[in-house]
Amino acid sequence: MQLQGIFTNAKWHDICALDDIVAGTGVAARLNGEQLAVFNTGNGIFALGNLDPFSGANVLARGLLGDIAGVLVVASPVYKQHFCLQTGRCLEDPEISVPAYQVRVCEITNRILIRAYTE
Amino acid sequence: MKELQLLIVGNGMVGQRLLEELSRMNHVYKITVFCEESRAAYDRVQLSSYFSGATADELSLVAPGFFEQNNIRFLHGESVQSIDRLHKSVVGTQGTVVEYDALVLATGSYPFVPPVPGHDRTGCHVYRTLDDLDAIRRDAADCRSGVVIGGGLLGLEAAKALTDLGLQTHVVEFAPQLMAVQLDQQGGAILRNKIAALGVRVHTGKSTQKIIDGDQCRHKLVFTDGELEADLILFSAGIRPRDALAREAGLAVGERGGVIVDDNLRTSDPDIYAIGEVALWQNRIFGLVAPGYDMARKLASRLCKQTAEAFTGADMSTKLKLMGVEVGSIGDAHARTPGAKTCVYEDGIKGIYKKLIVSDDGKNLLGALLVGDTSDYDTLLQYMINALPLPEAPSSLILPSSDGKPMLGVDALPATAQICSCNNVSKSGICQAITNGCTTIGSLKKETRAASTCGGCASLVKQVLDAELKRQGIAVNDHICEHFAYTRQGLYHLVRLNKIRSFEQLLEQYGRGLGCEICKPATASIFASCWNDFVLDPKLVGLQDTNDNFLANLQKDGSYSVVPRIPGGEITPQKLEVLAQVAQQYDLYTKITGGQRIDLFGARVDQLPMIWRDLVDAGFESGHAYGKALRTVKSCVGSTWCRYGVQDSVSMAIYVEERYRGLRSPHKLKMAVSGCTRECAEAQSKDVGIIATEKGWNLYVCGNGGMRPRHAELFASDLDDATLIRYIDRFLMFYIATADRLQRTSVWRDNMEGGLAYLQDVIINDSLGLAEELEAQLQSLVDTYACEWKRTIEDPEVLKRFRPFVNDDLPDEQIVYVRERGQKRPARAEEKELSLIEQGAPV
Ligand code: SRM
Ligand SMILES: Cc1cc2nc3c(=O)[nH]c(=O)nc-3n(C[C@H](O)[C@H](O)[C@H](O)COP(=O)(O)OP(=O)(O)OC[C@H]3O[C@@H](n4cnc5c(N)ncnc54)[C@H](O)[C@@H]3O)c2cc1C
Ligand code: SF4
Ligand code: FES
Repeated sequence: MQLQGIFTNAKWHDICALDDIVAGTGVAARLNGEQLAVFNTGNGIFALGNLDPFSGANVLARGLLGDIAGVLVVASPVYKQHFCLQTGRCLEDPEISVPAYQVRVCEITNRILIRAYTE
Repeated sequence: MKELQLLIVGNGMVGQRLLEELSRMNHVYKITVFCEESRAAYDRVQLSSYFSGATADELSLVAPGFFEQNNIRFLHGESVQSIDRLHKSVVGTQGTVVEYDALVLATGSYPFVPPVPGHDRTGCHVYRTLDDLDAIRRDAADCRSGVVIGGGLLGLEAAKALTDLGLQTHVVEFAPQLMAVQLDQQGGAILRNKIAALGVRVHTGKSTQKIIDGDQCRHKLVFTDGELEADLILFSAGIRPRDALAREAGLAVGERGGVIVDDNLRTSDPDIYAIGEVALWQNRIFGLVAPGYDMARKLASRLCKQTAEAFTGADMSTKLKLMGVEVGSIGDAHARTPGAKTCVYEDGIKGIYKKLIVSDDGKNLLGALLVGDTSDYDTLLQYMINALPLPEAPSSLILPSSDGKPMLGVDALPATAQICSCNNVSKSGICQAITNGCTTIGSLKKETRAASTCGGCASLVKQVLDAELKRQGIAVNDHICEHFAYTRQGLYHLVRLNKIRSFEQLLEQYGRGLGCEICKPATASIFASCWNDFVLDPKLVGLQDTNDNFLANLQKDGSYSVVPRIPGGEITPQKLEVLAQVAQQYDLYTKITGGQRIDLFGARVDQLPMIWRDLVDAGFESGHAYGKALRTVKSCVGSTWCRYGVQDSVSMAIYVEERYRGLRSPHKLKMAVSGCTRECAEAQSKDVGIIATEKGWNLYVCGNGGMRPRHAELFASDLDDATLIRYIDRFLMFYIATADRLQRTSVWRDNMEGGLAYLQDVIINDSLGLAEELEAQLQSLVDTYACEWKRTIEDPEVLKRFRPFVNDDLPDEQIVYVRERGQKRPARAEEKELSLIEQGAPV
């Protein structure tokens, strides 16, 4: 199922069911040949790129979730830098960020949808 | 306004410090420096390290560009020849004439060479400058033996240098003992034994009459009684102030040398000052760098008219390490004060000698001598300098540490207490810097210079920092993180007493926010220590640290390692075969670990369950290499095979490993069992070490390898099996209940008030009445143990988490390997790009 977005070239993509992600954890997903990290904090769903820029490994989905001074973050499982779940910005090094994706949960099907541009 | 000319003669340690002090202030001078040596100022104190690896650049005290940036005229390789006080100018050896408004003599001293006939033969050296050392090194290349004339502090240091150069080294001393200035006869004797044990030959009570050609070696020293041959001769018979320039200019000098200065460091000419080793103050020369630095600081502020602090002399206490032998001398070490009493501790076997010199009323410390162990130096120095009242039994200050030595808290030190003697930094100076915003050791060092010269005061500086931060409420608070205003111990007790089993409940009742990667794993570990619930349970899995999260160690490329438990290091050939098969099937890099087991690296997350299914089927269990939990119990082969073994160490190790496997704790736990005192299992480097005796087992605790190795301490002797296990049960549970997060038993023990004796009291004598409870808690963990991997592979819901992608079963193509020595290894970035292009995968 693909829903048409506001921008013609951006679409909502079906990723998985809401309960495919244990609350408080993340999973890796593929979208258009990219690796994504999709998180369920228990209060909301977020999606970032899965590639950890510091180690070069595709592991952000396996990081711990939490908040630092109110900012929702995932901590990289390799060297523990924090990335903002909303913007993808690295808290330790503002020069560095990972892609952040728009996410919503379909109320009818309870499936997680992620918005991305298709080529 | 005409610029004032400031001229500094000498760019040694103290001259350079004066320049630095001036450059920190707002001065009005045009500065010129005459530097006689071929190199600008360097660290003479560390001179000997030049022979053990340090380079001249590393020893330099001058930051690159320092002279240019501060607009200092630096006359390299030129000495001042004479001073014309009438016209206020000097002339240099290369003809440079410089006028001055103020002149500072910082010419230091020179090594005294006794005028015995033959003292100027080629191959005779002194030990003061880098050039001297270069000459010694050149000469030593074709020498086999060397002799140092002079057995004082510098002579012994020079002897060390000669041994570093590979020479058979002798030390000849006129006095009947070594280091007569600092040590008494007994201390000298202990030092002599220690140095002789290092292969240096010591000849005391020898007066050299002349030096002539040798028969076997280049030189022969002729004594009043006997002779000694050597290829290289090094004089270290004391130093003399370099006061010739001042003398010729008609300045007042001391009877035995030294330019006389007043409390303002002024010589007899009011425009000329002297600092460092050349200055004679109240008939004393200070042959150490700290007083020189103090003079430099005071003179700088006088020259800048900031303050007029008088020089008031200096404490000549010294602590050093000579040829690996620690020596310390504090205050009136020779007990010259009338009525002084002494108190001595001597261990002839270990070569330790300590002596206290106490005032006749027994209230104050006048001095101390330490040979072989200077760990008490800082504390004793504080007692002396600050006239702190001594404890009831002063001897307790020098007894070996396990005997409950009273600690001198930094809080007891007055504000004026001098913490760093090299740089004259007081406790109040440090506290002031903290108030001004220095909250780390690094920034404190920069700001105050404390701990930046000899480093001997570093631990004290740290203690003052910690105490002061606490007092000023700049609290390095002990809260575990921003989400819980509790320590780990606090959380542990809350969890246990309130029977809390979920993070949500703990957060709701005692925390705020959502948690983070600090409090979540800490809580998960506490839950495991208390309730032993399955760590991948849906309500716990989000709390687990990186490795516990997938029950394996994450590697740098995102793959994982697999470490099955091999209790006591004992493994059947059949099981080895299974490991080999699994490794081959999944192409895992295979390595024997330092913990007597086998690590299989490079498994993708989706392969972990399949690998573990094979392993579990063959009878393997999780090795918890990923957890802050019991790792391995290392074992030697013991009495079953070994001709020396007195107990069956393997059986004991397996029993212990199976009892405590899976036990989660504040940090990882390692144990070992040796079958006799030869200690092949290295039990004394473990958190829990067990060594067999004829009568049973000796128990050692709180050892550590890793970053800060610490030997385990003997906790109890000749225990029977049951008592041994009981003590370990109590010990482990007490550690779990009271340690900080990520605190190994070694650090926990070092921070424990009351030390080992207290711990023994709690565990052996049950002084807190906790023993029964601790044992019961541990037993319940033993009873509820289950292999996490077995549990995981049996639960389809849990296995879902190991899928590579939630919406795709193809594994991560970006994990790429190349082969090395017949096995795979992660590709480096360049190799990876190449291989991905070859595969045609999107890069
Ligand atoms: C595999 C092994 C090296 C080897 O090839 O021999 C190893 C590998 C690692 N060690 Fe180690 N240590 C290994 C024996 C040791 C030893 C030797 C021993 O146990 O006899 C020590 C010193 C002894 C000690 O701990 O007191 C040791 C001291 C450390 C330390 C420093 C601990 C400390 O207190 O200073 C760390 C870091 C830490 O734990 O915070 C560490 C951490 C690590 C980690 C877990 C680093 C990490 O987080 O990724 C490594 C990952 C292993 C993996 O991916 O599978 N490893 N490590 C050894 C596994 C033994 C085993 O069978 O379980
Ligand atoms: C091997 C060794 C180990 C030591 N270990 C310690 C220790 O552990 N702790 C400690 O506190 N101290 C130690 N010292 C002593 C310490 O090095 C001195 O106290 C310190 O260097 C004195 O500084 P200064 O500037 O007064 O003299 P120096 O550092 O000697 O500097 C004087 C400089 O002036 C130059 N000079 C002299 N005359 C002229 C002239 N007419 N024109 C131009 N330049 C001139 C000299 O060439 C020299 O470079 C040690 C010394 C040595 C040699
Ligand atoms: S510790 Fe003793 S019993 Fe064990 S192997 Fe070594 S020598 Fe043999
Ligand atoms: S006492 Fe030497 S650096 Fe502080």
